[in-house]
Amino acid sequence: MTREDCERWLDAMAAANGLAIDPAWREGVLANLARIAEQHERLAGFDFASSPVPAPRFEP
Amino acid sequence: MRPREYATLGAADLAASVRSGQASAREIAEAALARVDTLGPRYNAFTAVTRERALRDAAAVDAARARGEALPPLAGVPFAVKNLFDVAGLTTLAGAAIERDRPPATADATVVARLAKAGAVLVGALNMEEYAYGFVTENAHYGAVRNPHDESRVAGGSSGGSSAALAAGIVPLTLGSDTNGSIRVPAALCGVCGLKPTYGRLSRQGAALFASSLDHVGPMTRSVTDLVLAYDAMQGADAADIACAQRDVEPARPALGLGIDGLRIGVADGYFHDHAGDQSRAALDIAAKALGAERRVTLPDVERARAAGFIITASEGAELHLADLRTRAAEFDFATRDRFLAGAMIPASWYIDAQRFRAWFRARMHAVFAGVDVIVAAATPVPATPIGATAFDLHGKAMPPRTHLGLLTHAFAFAGLPVATVPIDGPGLPLGVQLVAAPWREDVALRAARALEIAGVSHARVAAGALERGTPPPS
Repeated sequence: MTREDCERWLDAMAAANGLAIDPAWREGVLANLARIAEQHERLAGFDFASSPVPAPRFEP
Repeated sequence: MRPREYATLGAADLAASVRSGQASAREIAEAALARVDTLGPRYNAFTAVTRERALRDAAAVDAARARGEALPPLAGVPFAVKNLFDVAGLTTLAGAAIERDRPPATADATVVARLAKAGAVLVGALNMEEYAYGFVTENAHYGAVRNPHDESRVAGGSSGGSSAALAAGIVPLTLGSDTNGSIRVPAALCGVCGLKPTYGRLSRQGAALFASSLDHVGPMTRSVTDLVLAYDAMQGADAADIACAQRDVEPARPALGLGIDGLRIGVADGYFHDHAGDQSRAALDIAAKALGAERRVTLPDVERARAAGFIITASEGAELHLADLRTRAAEFDFATRDRFLAGAMIPASWYIDAQRFRAWFRARMHAVFAGVDVIVAAATPVPATPIGATAFDLHGKAMPPRTHLGLLTHAFAFAGLPVATVPIDGPGLPLGVQLVAAPWREDVALRAARALEIAGVSHARVAAGALERGTPPPS
């Protein structure tokens, strides 16, 4: 994910979630978004068809 | 009882002293409080002292003994808890400035109440990472906890006050919580013992949660025997915690005498070897040799487990604090704030992917335990890092301590497995190993941990400096 992608992601999700990102914090939040995206890329190669039921399981 | 003598005794020793009448619970409580006063500020371990309660509870133990009543197993044993546990009359801080405004708790958390029922005497609440998010306990609001074995270094986190209070000989028993390694990392870096039980074994009612699907609570001590005493006292179903299993109490104490005969013990290789530094590998070798662990165990897809755990933690943690992130973000510790804000932006599909992977990983870990009873792994990649350090070196790569001291602990919490952590004797700063068992087999992990003590390679010691400093000058 490029920095521009992360910037767009941050702006869209901050607005959707009602989060005000102070300019002084922006770099820190962007760095953490990039780290999260990296972690998700690690997951991306997994064959999710082998685990079709999302957890946590709801028990009525 | 003199503070120095008190400092070297464990929970079992102290309870035996009270039972035999060799010492009163009041004397012991006073010795503990004296060390809290002398050493608590030095290591920045405590955020509250429950002096009146301690003296009152100690007096109740002494009165029970005077009446000839049978005393419970932890009678007169001082303990302290990470400040995310509710303690009646104290505001539960969870390491956060924002929480200072909240009213005091009206009742103890379930595990605190169970220790008190077992006769233990609460002396205070302990410093931690803000909302348990990090492995160093360099808290922007309440300061860094200093490692009693080297005050220039971190005590580990997020239960840093819990490990420092033990290594300083202030109390023989503390409580911590572990979402991704927050009992095991500080235990290893301060040279003490910790138990992260199976997910759902101990009630989290009255504990401020961090990432509920990963949160565990557990005891920390200076011996495996003490770990078991506390663990057994806290077991039991609790309908007030949705994650707490409806299981009968399964005491681990009887298993401690069984030794390790018949146990199949393997050393985690692959990821766990690659992410352990040279000193941690050396400590692991000592443990493996003492346990006769010759087989190697390769765990499935550990990198992905860590990645999925990272996403779940960030997402659940952020959601829990979303209201405060919207209105009071400036009041968070900057390190947690930036991570929570990013966590609040994780797409739902990523979170669900991570949970689906978790279900797969859990099944694969169960399969691993068909061939082995205990897995041994280093607890941390390196010993305690200097306070303020922004990176440590791991085989030529720079790693940030706040997030990466838990490189070797994440996967086992992700799978919800029980893990005992004990120190391994060595020439330098403390290091520890993890002893991992199948779900609900804490007894097996603890047997292996006890075997390391019996083999003479694991001794949790009060730091020499703390022992000297906690001794008042002769009057």
